[in-house]
Amino acid sequence: MVEHMNAFDEATVSLPVLTERIPTVVVDDAHIIYRVHKGATGGTTPVAALRRLVKRTNAPNVREVHAVKGVSFTAYRGEAIGLIGSNGSGKSTLLRAIAGLLPVNRGAIHTQGQPSLLGVNAALLNDLSGERNVTLGCLAMGMHPDEVAKQAAGIIDFSGINERGDFASLPMRTYSSGMAARLRFSIAAAKKHDVLLIDEALATGDKGFRKRSEQRVRELREGAGTVFLVSHQLSSVRDTCERTIWLESGVLRMDGPTDEVIRAYEAYANSK
Amino acid sequence: MATTALVDPDTGLTQAQLAARHGLRVAGERPTLVEYSRRLWAYRHFIAAYANAKLVASYSNAKLGQLWQVLTPLTNAAVYYLIFGVVLAQNSVPNYIAYLTTGLFIFNFTQSAMLAGTQSISSNLGLIRALHFPRASLPLSTTVTQFQQLLASMVVLVGIVLVTGEPITLDWLLLVPALLLQAVFNAGVVLLVARMGAKASDLKQVMPFILRTWMYGSGVLYSVSLFERLPGWATTLVQFNPLLVYIELARYALLEQAPLLNESLTQLWLVGAAWAVVAGIGGFIYFWRGEQEYGRG
Repeated sequence: MVEHMNAFDEATVSLPVLTERIPTVVVDDAHIIYRVHKGATGGTTPVAALRRLVKRTNAPNVREVHAVKGVSFTAYRGEAIGLIGSNGSGKSTLLRAIAGLLPVNRGAIHTQGQPSLLGVNAALLNDLSGERNVTLGCLAMGMHPDEVAKQAAGIIDFSGINERGDFASLPMRTYSSGMAARLRFSIAAAKKHDVLLIDEALATGDKGFRKRSEQRVRELREGAGTVFLVSHQLSSVRDTCERTIWLESGVLRMDGPTDEVIRAYEAYANSK
Repeated sequence: MATTALVDPDTGLTQAQLAARHGLRVAGERPTLVEYSRRLWAYRHFIAAYANAKLVASYSNAKLGQLWQVLTPLTNAAVYYLIFGVVLAQNSVPNYIAYLTTGLFIFNFTQSAMLAGTQSISSNLGLIRALHFPRASLPLSTTVTQFQQLLASMVVLVGIVLVTGEPITLDWLLLVPALLLQAVFNAGVVLLVARMGAKASDLKQVMPFILRTWMYGSGVLYSVSLFERLPGWATTLVQFNPLLVYIELARYALLEQAPLLNESLTQLWLVGAAWAVVAGIGGFIYFWRGEQEYGRG
């Protein structure tokens, strides 16, 4: 309702579009170049390290990768957008740039609020119990301690890690990779996000958990958020997203309704 | 081909105009210093919880568990005493055991904070890449963890000082403000090395050398009267060494006859406070200026 009123205030100049969509992410001709370290190739002695520090030069083993080449699109409130493309097409890089974790070299990315990136390798503290990780993760997302105490039990229930005995009080290093991923997803999904970026995280967990998490993504969308989903499982993109963006070698190939884009993508992938 | 329309079909605005109209901000923009401090304050619960968690986690694999908090400083003191007190027979300092352990524990507070601080960004990349929070929370929680460790070693220190026959005096109370000043100084230095270590992971290799040199320049192991043999400018330099200052403040508080390099107590407090303010504010601003770079690469 508030948005309608705002639209009305601005209506003195131009006629208001009654169902004006509110953009949450505006990507404007974004180019992303990042540097990768190829690992140690000599010169790792303390003396060489000191010399590099003094001269402020980079280690010689750095290579630049032009991962996203001029992508533009606008995402609106209440949308769930799938990002598809072959491996190394720049999907994850684009998500990290939207989350503000990678700089754009040219162009710009504008966002509403602070987008949260939910990836599979969002590691917390492996030496600590699941319960403590829940508390820490929630505090790290900016929740108040009272709110954390209220939500903690619900988060552990949702993750289902206690289905085979009391795992919540054991250190996270004793968890299977699926359990750890489920707990991480549950923590991140406990908070309302304006923009939620999900990188392959729904692929983890068993069938029951996948159903619950897809349900949670729908709830997050209805809570006036925008959800981005990177996945190689086209079925989960089809189930959760009505719009899909197809990236290929850093270039936006297609942007439209999920069915159309996936059909074109499948035709392309099969013809290769 | 691509549908990269620069102009929105509904409103006829360019992407930048559309973003500006709805008040969208550039992703990953650095907040102002005031705003950053405000956000950091809102994260104080996280800092405390994270510091506690690190303390628990660091001993979670050891059989003796938290007991190592006390055993580590004790063993350390025993080794140095064996070498400098027994083998090399230092006897120019009255009550050498207490003199040595005071210096050792105070120096160790800054040393371990800096070693942990160098890696406080690089060892938490998973957390940094997953969640958005003021990054200064991490080095600050490192400082808090080390402060908790210090409190345990201070219990050991008071025990040693009492056993070696020092009387309890009102001066002991001065230990509290001295440690607080040092904690603020440490927070600043940790923020500094955290940013440097985030960019150049090589700093981790160099750090032990820097700290070893600093230790010899702080009169931890031998009598500070040795510094008086240096040329005048060098003695002055050592007098303003922040760690020597904090160690002398602690020795003044706890020990009756310890030799001190700085004769004026007022100067000692002033230099100690000045270092805390300069390092605290300087380190915070330096770290804030790099805020949007952490976790990239």
